[in-house]
Amino acid sequence: MSAIHSENVIHESDHGHHEELPFWRKYIFAEDHKMIAKQYLITGILWAVIGIAMSVIFRIQIGFPGADFTWLKPILGEWIDNTGKLNPEFFLALVTMHGTIMVFFVLTAGLSGTFSNFLIPLQIGARDMASGFMNMLSYWFFFAASVIMFFSLFVQTGPASGGWVIYPPLSALPQAAPGSGDGMTLWLISMVLFIISQLLGGINYITTIINLRTRGMSFTRLPLTIWSFLFTAILGLISFPVLFSAALLLIMDRSFGTSFYLSEIYINGEALPNVGGSPILFQHLFWFLGHPEVYIVILPALGITSEVIATNSRKPIFGYRAMIVSMLGIAVLAFIVWAHHMFVTGMNPFLGSVFMFLTLIIAVPSAVKGFNYITTLWKGNIIFTPGMLFAIGMVSLFVTGGLTGIILGNSALDIQLHDTYFVVAHFHVVMGAAAAFGLFSGVYHWFPKMYGKMMSNSMGQLHFWLTFIGVYLVFIPMHYVGIAGFPRRYYQFTSNDFTNVLSDMNAFITLAAILTFVAQFIFLFNFFYSIFKGRKATNNPWGSNTLEWTTPIVPGHGNWEGKIPAVYRWPYDYSKPGAKSDFIPQTVPYSATPESNLPHENEEIKLEKVIEAQNFNDQFDQHH
Amino acid sequence: MTFLVGIVLVVFLVLVILVISRVQSVVNLVKSKQPDEQNPHPGNNLNANIFLVVLILGFIGILWSYLHASNYFLPEASSVHGRRTDDLFWFSMGILTIAFVVVNFLIFYFSWKYRFKKGNVATFYPDNHKLEMVWTIIPAIVMATLVFTGWRAWADITSEAPQDAEVIEIVGKQFGWIARYAGVHDNKLGDYNYKFIDAQNELGLDLSDENSFDDFTNPSVMHIPANKPVLLRIRARDVLHSVFIPHMRVKMDAVPGMPTKFWFVADKTTEEMRAETGNPDFNYEITCTEICGSGHFGMKMQLVVEDEASYKKWCAEQKTFLQTYPEYVERVPANLKAKAMKFIPDYQAEEQVAVADTTSL
Repeated sequence: MSAIHSENVIHESDHGHHEELPFWRKYIFAEDHKMIAKQYLITGILWAVIGIAMSVIFRIQIGFPGADFTWLKPILGEWIDNTGKLNPEFFLALVTMHGTIMVFFVLTAGLSGTFSNFLIPLQIGARDMASGFMNMLSYWFFFAASVIMFFSLFVQTGPASGGWVIYPPLSALPQAAPGSGDGMTLWLISMVLFIISQLLGGINYITTIINLRTRGMSFTRLPLTIWSFLFTAILGLISFPVLFSAALLLIMDRSFGTSFYLSEIYINGEALPNVGGSPILFQHLFWFLGHPEVYIVILPALGITSEVIATNSRKPIFGYRAMIVSMLGIAVLAFIVWAHHMFVTGMNPFLGSVFMFLTLIIAVPSAVKGFNYITTLWKGNIIFTPGMLFAIGMVSLFVTGGLTGIILGNSALDIQLHDTYFVVAHFHVVMGAAAAFGLFSGVYHWFPKMYGKMMSNSMGQLHFWLTFIGVYLVFIPMHYVGIAGFPRRYYQFTSNDFTNVLSDMNAFITLAAILTFVAQFIFLFNFFYSIFKGRKATNNPWGSNTLEWTTPIVPGHGNWEGKIPAVYRWPYDYSKPGAKSDFIPQTVPYSATPESNLPHENEEIKLEKVIEAQNFNDQFDQHH
Repeated sequence: MTFLVGIVLVVFLVLVILVISRVQSVVNLVKSKQPDEQNPHPGNNLNANIFLVVLILGFIGILWSYLHASNYFLPEASSVHGRRTDDLFWFSMGILTIAFVVVNFLIFYFSWKYRFKKGNVATFYPDNHKLEMVWTIIPAIVMATLVFTGWRAWADITSEAPQDAEVIEIVGKQFGWIARYAGVHDNKLGDYNYKFIDAQNELGLDLSDENSFDDFTNPSVMHIPANKPVLLRIRARDVLHSVFIPHMRVKMDAVPGMPTKFWFVADKTTEEMRAETGNPDFNYEITCTEICGSGHFGMKMQLVVEDEASYKKWCAEQKTFLQTYPEYVERVPANLKAKAMKFIPDYQAEEQVAVADTTSL
């Protein structure tokens, strides 16, 4: 009801510019950033279910070698042989698709796509994105990429199976693996569309943040979420085109007989004519995206966490500027560390030394962020909303996973651990689970703004504890398996003597993974049930300072009724000494809070008139 | 298995406690009880307490599982540089464990300690530059130490191999390794060309190079001498592979079109390792750690480390490539034929017999 109400109000205030949109423009080819955000979120959730379910299947194979998969025959058909064994080629395809889906479709599109779209206009005080049309295109390119990737699961020769990093020549030669045939072609087409989607989105995010901030919303008053989305979008904008070119060259090698990545290959009784190419070139190009990509995944999670922790600790985020600077540092360093994925590829060892130095520098801004979160908790008045729990869990996982990165970034130690389960455990904790926790945190925190309903607190808390404990139960033992030297992407560990141990540990990891997977259905139920039957949300359920909570409970198109509010202060005035309430929203001018103003803030009172006099960037006003 | 059952039991115990303790909340949920003035955040204390419980149980669980698995950690290093990187690993791990424990303790403890209490007001504490400098500089110093020690080890490991190193070629293909030795006569690996590869000449030996005449290959086992530098020349025939010798701490990708290398000194023979591990069936293994197709997991080769004398003896016993496939002498250019024939004294005879056979027909 409130949605319709707000539509009407805007209707009046805008002198009849907005009519009720037809269904297909409101819900399908929507240009409203909030609807696009929800489209991203729901698509991301669907992909997450598929992606995690895949991991459960291959985890069963690893944990219980030779397990009977006959029960999956109705779904997987030929990939389960007559004795009930999983096909080794399909095992690799599952590993590959799990990686691709989770990294790109869930943690990039589902996380940054959802929250950049939803929060940027709401938190900077804009009516919508700079270009609603491009934003719509961005989602539908992603949707097309999704459809093609999904379709590739069902082709005769199976989906791509060369690992999510698709290193050639394996991925370039259909004769090297069945998955490198049609499955790989579809993978590449899908990724090209996905990259286009990311670029359309990224340009929009950057433009919107720079140009459409409301009156008084200077850069130093932006919530940290927005800062993180800005850095994320810049990272994506610079690095995704490089993946695009890597993919393009791979397509040419596959289909047009070029030799960018191929040289001196003898396969299936035939010496190929290609000479002069380098498979290492592909790795350089891939990781030039691939490494920033992990920050594209983790930065929005860090931004969301900053916001949620500050709000629910009832404290300002500690070291706001240090947080921005460390994110900037991480973003810059992200571009010059890519070759630490390639220490043992035969790359010049001197280059390895350089990349080791640069990589370990990243630990410093990351450590600063960790300590700042902890100090934000210190002497807070912490309310454990599900969003807050996931934010705290995210910090724990980010620190835990980040620490093992210090081992892997050390090239001498990487010799033994490279491509073992130690690496798998490391990146799952630091960018997989931590980013997923950021995503959950954001969903629980902004659900009331998205749907005007509350999710169940108790179910959210139960979901958190099962997931949090589950993640540690899966990945702590996985580090052990890695230290024992178990290589990743192995169909089974019984073929080698040195890996024919610790089978109880592998079985345990699998059980813990299943438990964690099952726990996610609590979330799914809570999420979908609450959309329809959830308790009605109040206007500002968490007592938060940021602008989105000044909109109607369910904001209509244009977000604010009447004028966009002006902003007078930073977003973290929680528990300010002397203040009447334990939060002061950004829209409250200093002149209204003389009791709590710090000396330098009194100076700013005279600027209020200037801020109010500004009136730019309201797309609704510009119609006249 | 007992470990497994034990851990699972603990997990389910924790879960049961959780569920029981949540029954009240679940009931509240059904009744959709609203937070009231008296209790504005129902369940808040409970969650704070779970943080404390998880902190304690978590540390116990990690310690226990660590001890359980530690038997298999970094299987006994058998190379000189391997022990160095192992020491470095445990040194780094020690520092990181301290950080892990301290940071997670603070996160969990603060969450519990500073849980919402009615009437409490959080401390407004937006920044402290001194504090921030401290925790920028301390990690920077620790990192610098780790980087420096790691860098020195890396520089030594990847330095040029000593002149007297035993050079052995290892070639990856779908799905196996093939070793090639320089031979006992000239101790030089002959040239190769991937276009010469066929069903017998699996490594593409170029027989116009006289160094290849005494080369011999082996597709299932590699012998190396102990206490002597061994230089592996690594290449791949089809797709990427990666040579991984877990006990030697050796790993290097095999790249088609771009030969790579790795040198190391193995200082424990297979026999010594059998005695040390108490496992009479112990064998060193070479495996693949770069995804290379559906047979990736089964791609392995046995590695035998023995003293130099037995290694030399073993080499001398091996049939050279030309001895195994004498017909390849056809590929030898005319001016080198005589030299090639020295390696296959019997071949001429066979050829004559063949000629005799045809004439008798």
